[in-house]
Amino acid sequence: MDLTLLMYLVPSLIMFGCGVYGFLTRKNMIAIMISLELMLNSVDINFVVFNRYLFPLSNEGMFFTLFAIAIAAAETALALAIIINVFRALKNVDITEINKLKF
Amino acid sequence: MQIFDNILIYFVIVPLLTLLGLALCNNKGIKAIRAVAVTGASVLVALASYLVYLFLQARGAGDTSEMLLQSSISWYAPLNINLALGVDGVSVVMILLSAFIVFAGVFASWKINPLPKQFFLWFFLLSIGVFGFFISIDLFTMFMFYEVALIPMYLLIGVWGSGNKNYSAMKLTLMLMGGSAFLMLALIGIYFHSSTDGHLTMNLLEIAKNNAVPHDWQLYLFPMAFVGFGVLGAMFPFHTWSPDGHASAPTAVSMLHAGVLMKLGGYGCFRIAIYLMPYAASELGWIFLTLTGISIVYGAFSACVQTDLKYINAYSSVSHCGMVLFAILMFNQTAMTGAVMQMLSHGLMTALFFALIGMIYGRTHTRDIREMGGMMHIMPYLGVGYVIAGLASLGLPGLSGFAAEMTIFIGSFQHGDMFHRVLTIAGASSIVITAVYILRVVGKLLFGAVQNEHHRELTDASWEERLSTAVLMVCVAAIGCFPNFFINIIYDSFAPVVDALKVFM
Amino acid sequence: MPLNLSIAVVAIPLFMFFFLGLAGVKMSRKLTGVLGVLGMLVTTVLAYGVAFTYFFGTGDGQVTAEGVRQAVIVWNPDWLAFTPTLVARMGIALDPIAAMMLVVITTISLMVHLYSLGYMSDHHGNPEKGFQRFYADLALFTFSMLGLVVATNLFQIFIFFEMVGVSSYLLIGFYFHSPAAIHASKKAFIVTRLADLFFLLGIMILSYYTGTFDFFNQNGMVGMTDSMDAAKAAIGSAGAQTFMGCSVMAWALTFIFIGGAGKSAMYPLHIWLPDAMEGPTPVSALIHAATMVVAGVFLVARLFPLYVIEQGAMDIICVVGAFTAFYAAAIACVQSDIKRALAFSTISQIAFMMTSLAVSSADNGLIEIHEGYGLGYMASMFHLFTHAMFKALLFLCAGAIIHAVHSNENKDMHGLHKYMPITSFAFLIGCLAIAGIPPFAGFWSKDEILVACYEKGLGWGLWMSAVAGMTAFYMFRIYFLIFHWKEHKVHTEHKPADQVWTMTLPLIILSVVSIVAGFVPMHDLVTWDGKELHTQLNWVVAGSSVAIACVGIGLAYVMYFKENPLPSKMKNSMNGLWTAAYHRFYMDELYQFITHKVIFKAICVPIAWFDRKFIDGFMNMLADVTNRAAYGVRRMQSGSIQSYVYVYIMGALLIAVVSIVCVLM
Repeated sequence: MDLTLLMYLVPSLIMFGCGVYGFLTRKNMIAIMISLELMLNSVDINFVVFNRYLFPLSNEGMFFTLFAIAIAAAETALALAIIINVFRALKNVDITEINKLKF
Repeated sequence: MQIFDNILIYFVIVPLLTLLGLALCNNKGIKAIRAVAVTGASVLVALASYLVYLFLQARGAGDTSEMLLQSSISWYAPLNINLALGVDGVSVVMILLSAFIVFAGVFASWKINPLPKQFFLWFFLLSIGVFGFFISIDLFTMFMFYEVALIPMYLLIGVWGSGNKNYSAMKLTLMLMGGSAFLMLALIGIYFHSSTDGHLTMNLLEIAKNNAVPHDWQLYLFPMAFVGFGVLGAMFPFHTWSPDGHASAPTAVSMLHAGVLMKLGGYGCFRIAIYLMPYAASELGWIFLTLTGISIVYGAFSACVQTDLKYINAYSSVSHCGMVLFAILMFNQTAMTGAVMQMLSHGLMTALFFALIGMIYGRTHTRDIREMGGMMHIMPYLGVGYVIAGLASLGLPGLSGFAAEMTIFIGSFQHGDMFHRVLTIAGASSIVITAVYILRVVGKLLFGAVQNEHHRELTDASWEERLSTAVLMVCVAAIGCFPNFFINIIYDSFAPVVDALKVFM
Repeated sequence: MPLNLSIAVVAIPLFMFFFLGLAGVKMSRKLTGVLGVLGMLVTTVLAYGVAFTYFFGTGDGQVTAEGVRQAVIVWNPDWLAFTPTLVARMGIALDPIAAMMLVVITTISLMVHLYSLGYMSDHHGNPEKGFQRFYADLALFTFSMLGLVVATNLFQIFIFFEMVGVSSYLLIGFYFHSPAAIHASKKAFIVTRLADLFFLLGIMILSYYTGTFDFFNQNGMVGMTDSMDAAKAAIGSAGAQTFMGCSVMAWALTFIFIGGAGKSAMYPLHIWLPDAMEGPTPVSALIHAATMVVAGVFLVARLFPLYVIEQGAMDIICVVGAFTAFYAAAIACVQSDIKRALAFSTISQIAFMMTSLAVSSADNGLIEIHEGYGLGYMASMFHLFTHAMFKALLFLCAGAIIHAVHSNENKDMHGLHKYMPITSFAFLIGCLAIAGIPPFAGFWSKDEILVACYEKGLGWGLWMSAVAGMTAFYMFRIYFLIFHWKEHKVHTEHKPADQVWTMTLPLIILSVVSIVAGFVPMHDLVTWDGKELHTQLNWVVAGSSVAIACVGIGLAYVMYFKENPLPSKMKNSMNGLWTAAYHRFYMDELYQFITHKVIFKAICVPIAWFDRKFIDGFMNMLADVTNRAAYGVRRMQSGSIQSYVYVYIMGALLIAVVSIVCVLM
């Protein structure tokens, strides 16, 4: 059985759905960030797969994925730094309770 | 530059220099601050007196042009906005009034605390707006100065006020800004119809000469402009900022606000709303005439039951300022002259009232007349001053109120029809109600037994308080004894307005 | 003496007001008083000179033309130009009544100034605090009253009406620590202000239709009836205009009369005058007996040439005057406070003057001038003159008594005759004068009034004669109750006695004046058209009025000379009437009800409430709605990424579904 496009896309979609669900329901910042990563990675999978199946002669999707991973790493580092600092300041990473900057 | 040859520009420059001087003062150097403020105010009084002299001289020499001392400098050519200056009799007396009230106001806030420097800064900024408004004949600059006069009010009340000051400052500013929003719409509307040949202008005189605002547009723009200024003139039912605002404002601000700023409303009503849109004025005048007629009686009746001194005066201002707008809407020269007399009279006498109330409040720390009594025994100078202000307010001949009110009533009565007659009689009946509430206050506050034994230790007015109130008292008496001097200056200024209206009457 | 000096007559009191008012606090009390009296003395001398020149001057000073006395406009500068043609002026005009009033005002004022040196020096034994203020206020009043009588135009009269009103306010409220005085001064001011409102309306109507305020249509010498012709010409067209069935002229004149009625305390605007007795007694003598209260009469007399055209307005005055005369006399019969009794007597006498003016035009609806036509006018002015003298005398006597016994109630007096003989005789002369016993002043003037009333109609004459009888009765009732009746024993430790010379001298002078004033040839001097009036004593009227007066005195003698149970028996037999009269027929209560319950509770309070709750409430509601809307909108800007994402996802899904549906369809 050949691997079809759909076989890649369905897990990717499930991954993205999990990411969205996690992002919406989690209260912990770390968990939210993990969810965010899940979504990013599902998109990365899509890029790679579409590139491979639809435009096999070009590599832009691959490059873009690598680029996205690099940015995600940087962003994660930044986010973690913020989260750690927030935790240091407030002893808490629950987003429903961190509203000091609001209003 | 050409414009610096005109004395009028100095009415803006002098307060600006005072601002600069104040800015250079040390925060703690109260003496230097006072010196700068007094100098600025004195120069303004001298300038205003000189302006009156110049005006009389020019008129005496046979200069009959509508506005004297005109000059203009382009500000923003694409929209034809100019800093256009010019005065007629009405503006001259209003400038004189403002100068005297600023002068008295400086002395009334001699011991202002905290932040005296900042207080005087805002105070003089306010006066820039006031003077600028009266010397301008360009709609844009008039509106700009109008706004300049409104904004400092918020801070002056919010920071230096008393009582429920945040609420009052917010209420006053928002209501007046609401009015000026209407006003801006009206001004823009007028601007876009200011001429038929496509050469749009902001200059009052040119707009009036072109007389190009279409009649159907006038019907929309006139109410906006009139309400816009009417809010500031405390017209029923837009007067409610006045009691709260005055009650919370510090003394000098109440003085300047009731004394001058409320006059901007009356001045604008005839100079912009009526003069530029005579058709709508004659069509819709009756609506506003009814409202102002209500103001007069309503304010007076409301004042009868108040117990806070400042509320009494605020409602009395509603009544008296209602009379200003009422007279303006009578559309004849005598009544309109009376309106300006009433502006002068009310300005000085209310300033005197608020100054005295401030001084009494500063000693007793209450403004409730039920908690005070027998002040005449304790502070005779302030007591006599209060009686004089009260008598001026209820229209005693020899003081300013009488000359103004009589001119208004005699002028209003020149209309032969029932509607105007009935309103005139209703308005005239306010002189009785005024007597009732003034005598009620005088009786409770000044006469009778001392209510609170602690009050016996209070002192009478200090020298700067005496000076501040004496200046106003002399002015009140001067207008009352020699009204013809002022009437001669004012009367002819209304000829163009009345001529413009005559076409539609 | 040149008539121009009348400017000084008016100016000196004004100067004294400022001088004593501003510099008085730095001066000693004695100096202030003496300066005040001296200033007034100079004024009086000048006023006498001016009046004498006006009436009897020959040569340059002569003011008659072809045997007819003319009015003289001495000075008339513009004061306030309402329009180029309608100008209020401030000037000095002399005509017979103005000249006469100058004499009356300065005489009484001088007497009161002198008298106050003694009376105001102490207040129940303590030095009076506002002595300087008192003299300054007196000077202000004198100035205002003089300005009123020499007015050249209606507007000037109005101005000085207000001025005398305020000086009256200041003087009634002189003891400003006493609540009763504050209340009385407030009441006096507000009631007269209400009347002045009508006066103002009258002025507005009159000036609108005639185009002028001036009484005399030119400067210099001018015939006194010229203004009537001018007004007739001016109103000629407007006279046809009517409002609610009456001509505008009648409305205007009625309104102006109401203004005068307020000052002159005609029913129903009389309520302030009895209360005004809270002021110091010299003030009552000057303002509330002799001068200010006749301002209303003066006003009507001043406009007499117009009033004779309007029979309707005259009828109103006549009815009001006749009723007030009776009403006040009835109340005066039962008052126990001597100043109040005198106050009601004043009201009654002023009503006599008003009625007398109003009956002048009795038998001519049109302007047909005939002999004796101005009799009522002359009689009224004559009575004004004599009444001022003897009523001031009576008040000053009352002041001396009050000063001696420290009470206003006649029950605290009784039997003072032997302690205060001079005062007693002076009071008796005053009583005889007011009762109309010849040869005292009141007889001559009251007789003329009654003749004028009988000319109008028998009914009017009889009515006024009856009131004259009541006058005699109540005056002698007061006299007997004060000086006779049963002597009190309470005077043992502090014996009342005649007062110091400064207080006694005015009594003596005014007594003499009250005796001789009736012999002034008023017919020749004071007539409405300047012509001499030929009258002779009407023996029937004179005889009957003296008889009625004697009956009144006799009745008073029987009831009140010695202590006896008759008065209390009378009181018990007509208890209801007596109580009603004692409470002044509840007019004060009625006013109290109207002002407090109706105007204050039913108008002012609801308006203030409406203002706070509705007008202000509406503005606050606008602010509130804006605020709530802002809070509502703010919820959307929560800052919570999760809710943003949720909305985003939902939006994306929605778009996806919609586009799929669109594609499929």
